[in-house]
Parts: sequence; C-alpha cells; structure tokens
Amino acid sequence: MSILSLHNVSRSFGALKVTDDVSFDVPTGQALGIIGPNGAGKSTLFNLITGNLSVDRGTITFDGADVTRTSAMHRCLNGMGRSFQIPQPFGSLTVFENLIVAATHGRGLRERDVADDCADILERTELIDRANDPASSLSLLQRKRLELARAMATQPKLLLLDEIAGGLTEGECRALIQTIRQIHASGVTIIWIEHVLHALNAVVERLLVLDFGRVIGIGDPATIMASREVREIYLGIEV
Amino acid sequence: MSTIVDTRTTASRIAGVCAVLLLAAAIVAPVFVGRGVIQDLFFILTMLTLAQFWNLLAGYGGLVSVGQHAFVGIGAYTLFGAGLLLGLDPVAALLLCGVVAVVIAVPTAFFAFRLQGAYFAIGTWVVAEVVRLSVAQWQALGGGSGTSLPPTARDFAGTAWVARVLDVRDAAARDIVTYWLALALAVATCAGVYALLRSKRGLALAAVRDNVAAAQAVGVDAQRMKWLVFLIAAFGTGIAGGLIYLQKGRISPDAAFSVTDWTAFVIFIVVIGGIGTIEGPIIGVLVFFALQSLLADYGSTYLIVLGALGVVIMLFAPRGLWGLFAARTGIHLFPVRRRLRRTVPRNTQPPGETHG
Ligand SMILES: Nc1ncnc2c1ncn2[C@@H]1O[C@H](COP(=O)(O)OP(=O)(O)OP(=O)(O)O)[C@@H](O)[C@H]1O
Ligand SMILES: [Mg+2]
Repeated sequence: MSILSLHNVSRSFGALKVTDDVSFDVPTGQALGIIGPNGAGKSTLFNLITGNLSVDRGTITFDGADVTRTSAMHRCLNGMGRSFQIPQPFGSLTVFENLIVAATHGRGLRERDVADDCADILERTELIDRANDPASSLSLLQRKRLELARAMATQPKLLLLDEIAGGLTEGECRALIQTIRQIHASGVTIIWIEHVLHALNAVVERLLVLDFGRVIGIGDPATIMASREVREIYLGIEV
Repeated sequence: MSTIVDTRTTASRIAGVCAVLLLAAAIVAPVFVGRGVIQDLFFILTMLTLAQFWNLLAGYGGLVSVGQHAFVGIGAYTLFGAGLLLGLDPVAALLLCGVVAVVIAVPTAFFAFRLQGAYFAIGTWVVAEVVRLSVAQWQALGGGSGTSLPPTARDFAGTAWVARVLDVRDAAARDIVTYWLALALAVATCAGVYALLRSKRGLALAAVRDNVAAAQAVGVDAQRMKWLVFLIAAFGTGIAGGLIYLQKGRISPDAAFSVTDWTAFVIFIVVIGGIGTIEGPIIGVLVFFALQSLLADYGSTYLIVLGALGVVIMLFAPRGLWGLFAARTGIHLFPVRRRLRRTVPRNTQPPGETHG
C-alpha cells in the first residue's frame, strides 16, 4: 500500500519548469530521502505535496484519496505534517503554544488533552527549557527544532522534513537522527530532504534524486549513490 | 509526571478581584450619582464595547475595517424599525439588532474578504456608505432627516420599576436602564473576547496573524477564523448601535452612520490604549473621555489635538499606552499566555519504584 503517490506532477514559475513530470510512490511506513543540488526543486516538490502550492498538471494521492485540489489545511487534517526549510515560527506565541496550536487544530482535540503530548515532544526535541519563551527569541537551530516539534505535534501519518540537519554539531546530529528514527519506528512515513548525506543515510531506506525538477534516480541508497549520474551531480560535495 | 498549564498571574488575580468590586459599584452607582454622570458612564461603556470589537477585528483578526459604523447604524435602525413598525419592546429588540447586523455582515464579508490590506479597509467603508444611502431612502423611518422614538415606545422594560424604586423621573429612569444594559454589554464583551482569546481559537488567531501558511500547515482554518471574528464583531457592534440610539431616542442616517463617531473615534481609542490587548481599549476609552471633556468646547481644535495625539502615539508607542506600561512592568491584567510547568521531570522515576 502506498500512502503517497505522485502521477506526472508538473509545476512552472513563469518560463521556469521547477517540477517536471514527477511520478513516484511512497509505501506506507517507508523513510524516503530526497537529494539534489540547490535549486533542483526539492522544496517546491514539498510545497506541491502539502498543498502550499498548486500543481499545473498531474495528480497527488494521499492515504487512498485524491488530494490534488485539497487545501493545505485539509491535507494536514488528513495526516500530513511538514517542516519549512526557512523556519516559520508563530513568533508572538511561546514555544509551547506553537505546539499547542498545532496539536489542537491539527488533531481536533481540546487543549487539556494535548498538553502532555506537547510537553513530551518539547523534551524529545530538547526545547523544553525554552517552552515558555516567545518563539521569536529562538536561535536559528532552535527554530529548526521547533519546525520538527510542531510538525510532530499534529501527529502526522506522513512527515515531510526539509533540511533540518544543517549546521548541527556531531552530538546534536546524532540526537536528531535518534529522534527521527524513533518517529519512524512508531510507524510514521517519512520524506526527508537533506544535504547532510551521512545523517540521511542513517535513516532512509530509499533515496530519490532530483535535478532540474526531474527524478533522475530512485531506489536503494547505496546503488543510487554509486550511480554515475549522481556522482557527477555531487562531484565536489562531501559524500 | 504531570503537566500543568497556567495562564493566571498574581496581577490577574488582583485584577479579577478589583473587577468584581468595580462591577458591584457600577451596578449600584445610579443610587448615588446624578443623571449627568450616568450619561457619561453610558457613553464610556458603549464606546468601550465598540472599541473592544474593533480591537478583536483589527488587533487579533488582522481585519482593519474602517466600516464598522455600518453596523452601528444598522443596529440603530433595526431598533427603531422594530419599535416603530413592529411595536416590539426596544430592550427585546436589541438582540434583533445584532442578528440583522450579522445578516448584513455575511454579504459584506463575501465582498470584502476578496480584498487585501488597504483595499479591504476601503471596501468596508464603501459598504457602510451604501447602507447609509439605502437607509436614507427609508421613508417610514424619516428618510434622510430621521425620526424620534414616540413616547409609547420609550417606556421600555424596567423603566417604570426604576422610576418607582429609585424615585426618579421617567427620563432619568430610562437613562438608568440603558446604563445597566450598557454595563452588561461591556462586561459581556470584555469577558467574551477574553474567553475567545484564551481558547484554542485565540491561539489560532495569533498563529494566522503571525504566519498564515504555517498556520494552515498545522491544520488551522484561517478563513473560518476570519469569518468568525467578522461576524462576532458585527453582532456586538449592532447591539451596541441599537443601545446607543435607544438612549438617544432620536435617529438620522448621518448620525447613526457617522464614520467619525463610530469608526474614527473607536480606532483612536484602540490605538492610543494599545491594539491587540484587552486592557488597551479600557485605557483608551478613559483617555478619550478625559480629552473630550477637556477639549469639547474648542470645536475643530479638539479633533486636531486627537489626530495629533494619535499620530504621536503611533510613532513613539506603536503598542499604545498600555503596551508601554506592560513592557516596562511585565504586568498583564488579562493574561492569555499559557505557562507550562512540569511537576516531575520526565525520565525521573519517583523513589521506591526503581527496584520494584
Ligand atoms: N515562488 C516562486 N516563484 C518563482 N520561482 C520560485 C519560487 N519558488 C521557487 N522558485 C525557483 O524554483 C527553483 C527551485 O526552488 P526550490 O526552493 O524548490 O529548490 P530546492 O531544491 O529546495 O533548493 P535548495 O536546496 O536551495 O533548498 C529555484 O530556481 C527557485 O528560484
Ligand atoms: Mg529547498
């Protein structure tokens, strides 16, 4: 069973074709990594999947239903959670409230029913010490953690992560990998865009390579990384 | 392990006690003070109500409407229409004022929500003008020159009783009844807006204001929040409009749909007091009343002073007088911030259970 399927999805900005006839399936429970050079269209692909952008052509199926024309809000309610590459915190709310708003609206629950979960997530993402501070006061790294934490708070079936491992120390990166593995182990399907390949390879079972908006390879990470096309694109980038 | 979420502070507890005492004093005030004071208090309370709803719209919902006088006028005309044409008791008709305002607000929102920023503001103003011009055609209610409530419609619920018990004339008794209604409306408005802001919808409003795309991505229905706020504001503003003109007893389109009285002054109150706080409109209306009392004799000079003061506050204290005070002292009388406290940290087992 695939939880997510894209069929011939395309999207252009003016004359620039940023997503070019993309098709792939993600089986339920899989962890899929997405790599590709800067500007390849990775974040755009996320925006199409989550409904922040609408597709020009093609269809998107999520959890058995066609969601091509469904709003971002409804896709969240149906079980999609995402982080933004450039963090988008609710700056006037506290860190804890950022999670509360996601948990109450994303899951349709009352505040008192989600408070414990939210506090747990803040501990797992090491934000608990900042729980009562305004989100606008967080550092960039903490904002990235908040992106992950807030997406977790909606308790998604499919979690989409956009470059959350950049700039971490060795220890922080290990902790992050640990957290994402835990989420994955609990049955959540994960799609993770990441330039930090060793972190990605520690988690994902399958790798998709995007270049100029096209899928140029998808499959077993080791095989994909060994292919000539990928090596050419990544020449000069640490592997 | 248990999670405790708390929004109250020491200041808010003290404020709560003070509010109850103040409310008790306000209820019995007609026994002790004269008619002039009651009329002033009525003005303050109704302006506070209008300001609180505009604050909800603009300060929390991001909907900067400059057409709220439409709903004041609609409320006023509904009250007179219900009294003069249907023979309804005006006090009972107040609810109808809110309902009619909502009925007009629905098509207004369909139109205005298509507009962004300044265009939204202008759109709401245009709607208000259209409604004013239409009402001016309503000959049964005096057309462009307006009409008065006849004596029969003036003996509304409670007046006779108040006149007898407090031993005052009918006109004074009417003022006292409308004052109590204004008090109830203002208290309900402040309490209602505060309850909304403390709920999960209040969080959603803040989230939408901070970042719409992120709010939608976590399941917040941004469009629904806009509708909710716009309709609540229309409902309350309509009731306030009806009440204001029940007290005045005389109506005309130019007065009931006055952009100066019911929108510009209201915006001034919210801006000088502090937009986006419940305390702001309360401070703002007191400052506004003081200025009006001091400067009322100077005609247009008064408006110039108000305008200049508004500009100065916007430039040097964009969060208003209350914002300035709260930033200095950290005091919030109506706190909405949730504070997380955990009694036992996670992964710390209580003693005695480790070797069970
Ligand atoms: N809203 C937009 N309007 C116009 N062009 C856009 C828009 N969003 C993205 N683009 C362009 O589309 C291309 C792909 O952008 P995208 O952000 O999807 O790349 P990416 O693979 O995520 O890159 P990075 O690794 O730098 O995050 C870029 O050339 C970008 O400039
Ligand atoms: Mg990107």
